[in-house]
Amino acid sequence: MYMGIIEGTFPPRYRREVKYRNAFVGWRCKKCGRVFYTPRKRCECGSREIEEIELPREGRVVTRTVVRNPPKGYEKYAPYAIAIIELDVDGQKVRVLGQLADVDLDKIRTGMRVRATLRRIRAGRRGLIEYGVKRVPIEE
Amino acid sequence: MIASILGYGAYIPRYRIKAEEIAKVWGQDPDRVKLGLLVESKSVPGPDEDTATIAFEAAMQAIERAGIDKSLIGAVFVGSESHPYAVKPTGTILASALGLNPKHLRAASFEFACKAGTEAIQAVIGLINAGLIKYGLAIGADTAQGRPSDPLEYTAAAGGAAYVLGPKGDSKAIAEIERVESYVTDTPDFRRRQGAPYPEHGVRFTGEPAYFHHIINSVKLLLEKLGRDINEYDRFAFHSPNGKFVRNVARRLGIKDLSRVVSLDIVRKCGNFYSGSTLVGIARALDKANPGDKILAASFGSGAGSDAFSIVVKDRITEVKSIGKSVDRYLNRAKYIDYGTYARYRGILVMD
Repeated sequence: MYMGIIEGTFPPRYRREVKYRNAFVGWRCKKCGRVFYTPRKRCECGSREIEEIELPREGRVVTRTVVRNPPKGYEKYAPYAIAIIELDVDGQKVRVLGQLADVDLDKIRTGMRVRATLRRIRAGRRGLIEYGVKRVPIEE
Repeated sequence: MIASILGYGAYIPRYRIKAEEIAKVWGQDPDRVKLGLLVESKSVPGPDEDTATIAFEAAMQAIERAGIDKSLIGAVFVGSESHPYAVKPTGTILASALGLNPKHLRAASFEFACKAGTEAIQAVIGLINAGLIKYGLAIGADTAQGRPSDPLEYTAAAGGAAYVLGPKGDSKAIAEIERVESYVTDTPDFRRRQGAPYPEHGVRFTGEPAYFHHIINSVKLLLEKLGRDINEYDRFAFHSPNGKFVRNVARRLGIKDLSRVVSLDIVRKCGNFYSGSTLVGIARALDKANPGDKILAASFGSGAGSDAFSIVVKDRITEVKSIGKSVDRYLNRAKYIDYGTYARYRGILVMD
């Protein structure tokens, strides 16, 4: 192995990001209760007291787009759908962006129930395997 | 009674390839294959699935059914022969994704061909009885490899199951593992060398001296120690390399009613899950169980060995049945793919 080149994600970056890629984490303002999907230092209400919370796994598709010309490293998974998913966090609607998996692309509908799971996001022959959250349809 | 099962969960990918489709590519007779192996189709992992993602789905369900505080889980042991990394434990990936408490947490990848999953169960039982942990997660999962055109290609499938185990007499127990017996010899029926993409096997040698000898010995040992007749059990789960081996071992063990062998339908529809095979079988037996039922399960791992388990179902089983998905729901969902798609999903096509 040639030690000078690291293929794929740089390990320190992977370690920094792994929790936010693999787990179902969001943030909530302790003062006004507003929930964020991306980390923030400060809430719109002015509070800096923000706690980490586990987000619900289930949600509904709001809209989607299909990627047919994927960036390098994602060829194996194409065509795939990226969707905006609405989660219900104790009555608050929180929208998150994410990839769908195990879905027939022509059957994605607004309001379709999906559930978060762990999947490979990208993996070369060498280097780190990148895992992350993808959403799969809930079979009724 | 040596340990409790608090929760269980299985997972099988949605994609399937039929025996006909594989036979067509290699110019083989599909009817001969289907009759010879008693396998009609097999599950295929999606392009973004591997042992870790299968284990994750199964573990999520097991934890949900256990209904325990997941921060009390002290071990994540994963048995597989297709761990995502040659060196880097699968358990750490899972623990992080499952949101387990990293303090006092043990994680390890187990390997014993197809019986790595039942070895993981025994290791967790050992830690519980030693007082080192309260609850532990034992998982068996695989995305099995079979060389193209090899008979194994018809059966090497993907699936897995996870068990949350705890001390005997735990109030959340859905079943008790009352005894385990193992039997191991150095039998070279099947192996894969480091760096080799596909395993090699001894064709007929995989049957008599390997599969049958070890399972029959471990099960006989178990029955002898418990002083029980095999037909006192309500359901059976055996490691399932193909349907024929399972049917034959059941007959040779003297099981009168083959409909009690829950593994037969699994292997017929979805193939062999390797380290996940016996564990998915136990999950299906639990799905169908009533309080008081007895389950006998025996794994087989090439190389070779077998672990036989005697499990007694408790009252709480009725409470967890409505949670999550049954094995049958996974068996009955199927998205059939052609050989080209299969080759792409399995990485048989070289792209870089």
